[in-house]
Amino acid sequence: MNTLILKTASKFLLPLLLMFSVFLLLRGHYLPGGGFVGGLVASIAFVLHAFAYDMQSSRRLLRVHPGFLIPAGLALAALSGIFPMVYSDLPFMTGVWYPESVPVIGSIGTALFFDIGVYLVVVGSVLTIIMTLSESA
Amino acid sequence: MSPQLIFWPVLFQLLLAVALLFLWRKVQVQRAVSIAGSTVAVVLSAALFTLTLRDGIGTVQAGNWPAPFGIALVSDTLSSLLVLLTSLAGLAVSVFSSASVTGARLKFGYFPVFHILLMGLNGAFLTGDLFNLYVWFEVIIICSFVLITLGTERKQLEGAVKYFTLNMLASIIFLTAIAVIYGLTGSLNLADISIQIAAIENRFLVEIAAVLFFVGFGIKSAVFPLYFWLPASYHTPPDAVSAIFGGLLTKVGVYAYLRIFTLIFAGDAFIRELLVTAAILTIVSGALGALIQNNLRKVFSYLIVCHIGFMIVGIGLGTETAYAGTVSYLIHDIVVKTNLFLVAGLIFRVKGSVSLRDIGGLYKRYPWLSLLIAVPLFSLVGIPPLSGFWPKISLFGAATETRSFWVLGALIFGSVLTLIIVAKVWAAAVWKEPSGKNPPVKMVLFDQISKERRILYVLPIVLLSLVSLYIGFGAEHIQEIAGRVAADLINPDAYIEAVLYPAGKSSP
Repeated sequence: MNTLILKTASKFLLPLLLMFSVFLLLRGHYLPGGGFVGGLVASIAFVLHAFAYDMQSSRRLLRVHPGFLIPAGLALAALSGIFPMVYSDLPFMTGVWYPESVPVIGSIGTALFFDIGVYLVVVGSVLTIIMTLSESA
Repeated sequence: MSPQLIFWPVLFQLLLAVALLFLWRKVQVQRAVSIAGSTVAVVLSAALFTLTLRDGIGTVQAGNWPAPFGIALVSDTLSSLLVLLTSLAGLAVSVFSSASVTGARLKFGYFPVFHILLMGLNGAFLTGDLFNLYVWFEVIIICSFVLITLGTERKQLEGAVKYFTLNMLASIIFLTAIAVIYGLTGSLNLADISIQIAAIENRFLVEIAAVLFFVGFGIKSAVFPLYFWLPASYHTPPDAVSAIFGGLLTKVGVYAYLRIFTLIFAGDAFIRELLVTAAILTIVSGALGALIQNNLRKVFSYLIVCHIGFMIVGIGLGTETAYAGTVSYLIHDIVVKTNLFLVAGLIFRVKGSVSLRDIGGLYKRYPWLSLLIAVPLFSLVGIPPLSGFWPKISLFGAATETRSFWVLGALIFGSVLTLIIVAKVWAAAVWKEPSGKNPPVKMVLFDQISKERRILYVLPIVLLSLVSLYIGFGAEHIQEIAGRVAADLINPDAYIEAVLYPAGKSSP
């Protein structure tokens, strides 16, 4: 597809959508949102870019192979669950929080890293599926 | 023991899968990592098992949320025993896969999915939460669907469609049953439900939930008349996959039966009768099915069905001896069935065929190998000192004790037919003169592959045969463990106490 309007719009929409996805990721602990939705929004940003340009250029934009994001996210999520076991002999997945509040992000704890892991897995798997489909089409 | 250990059989498989995903294209490294990791997993689960035997039931609450609200993981003798057996079977299949599964399949993530499947199995055995059990069943079914279709041969896809449709249906029925139970008791914790269910006045709905569980798990564990998907699909994937399916997947259903029908619906006479009837029919139809098959893998698939009946019948009889029989049969069956499919894989590699007509002459060519194959085959029948003998004695005893002569008849019928089938397989594969016409084979046969690969083919069979022999000759130890599990199942108070009122929290 080669339309000027979509190309121009997607240039602005890509960073906006990515920022929105991070916003969703961060507010997700108590409010609607979280890693899963955030990841979906982020992958939509890349899909939109791929519609406007082509798959190759959005893949370059992503820099890493989306297939790499899946184990990376899984590892981060698993380690965030294991951290309390190693750190203070608490059960798997116990929330451990940094006592001080951090500006913009809010409180930092293992749950945040778990969500970031989910985010990466979702981006990785959605983009892997879509890129594989678009290559075989 | 540190209660955190209970998580590790599950978590370690997850970490292993993640590590293998990072090594996506490096097939050679994946093989080594999988075997090494599976060895560590055996050590971990052996540690969990011995500590559980020594210290009693261990529980841990995921996320540190207290018992009826969070997800409890419980390691009692039965759970930790099954985790140990899963790891042993996993190690054997991992070694066997590294030699037998083709590179193309390995490139598309065979090993990561295999280890996630093992994680799902361990999770299902360890969880003390009904909904979490459902989640682990989903993990298992998704992984098994990937493994059964990987390679996308035509007959594989055909088998996979049957497999997936029926197992999906089972999951939906299982989920409905959970919904009914949750609606009645407002709880998902097995121990908590066990206490609350007694006070429910609407016994009719409780009964319906029990029947839904019976059907849901019945499909998964291949009970008559819900088993038809199993012989239709288990012979299609590579033998390593069939081995883990045949050894473990149906046994998760049996485990779920054991848990649910002792903890939640204990003493429900209607379900008891349902289980016994279904089990008798399962034994008879499975044995007859196996008798007429000519494909080695299909023979073993029908034998799985037949012997599922042996375990279910024990749950149906519901006495302590019967439970002990079921549990020791479970121990024996996981090892032997996994081994048999590996044997089928080995025979396929040696002769290029698994049809009973084409194979033969194994004894002439490989006498030692034939001797090795004899161990799982004759353990399956239960020729006295071997492993199938003792569980059957317990089951026979339980049937006579309760004066259920139909059950006794079915057990004898099943055993005799198994003997005939095994004799048939033995005669066809080992003693028969090889048929003169050798069909053209499009694969590299056993005598043409490298020595290392040959060792990788035989080693897992040796390992599982040794375990089988131990189960047979160390029967006293096994019976003692089975007896302990049976006592726990008959009287679940210790389980409930351990989950709801762990040390430091007094019981009311």
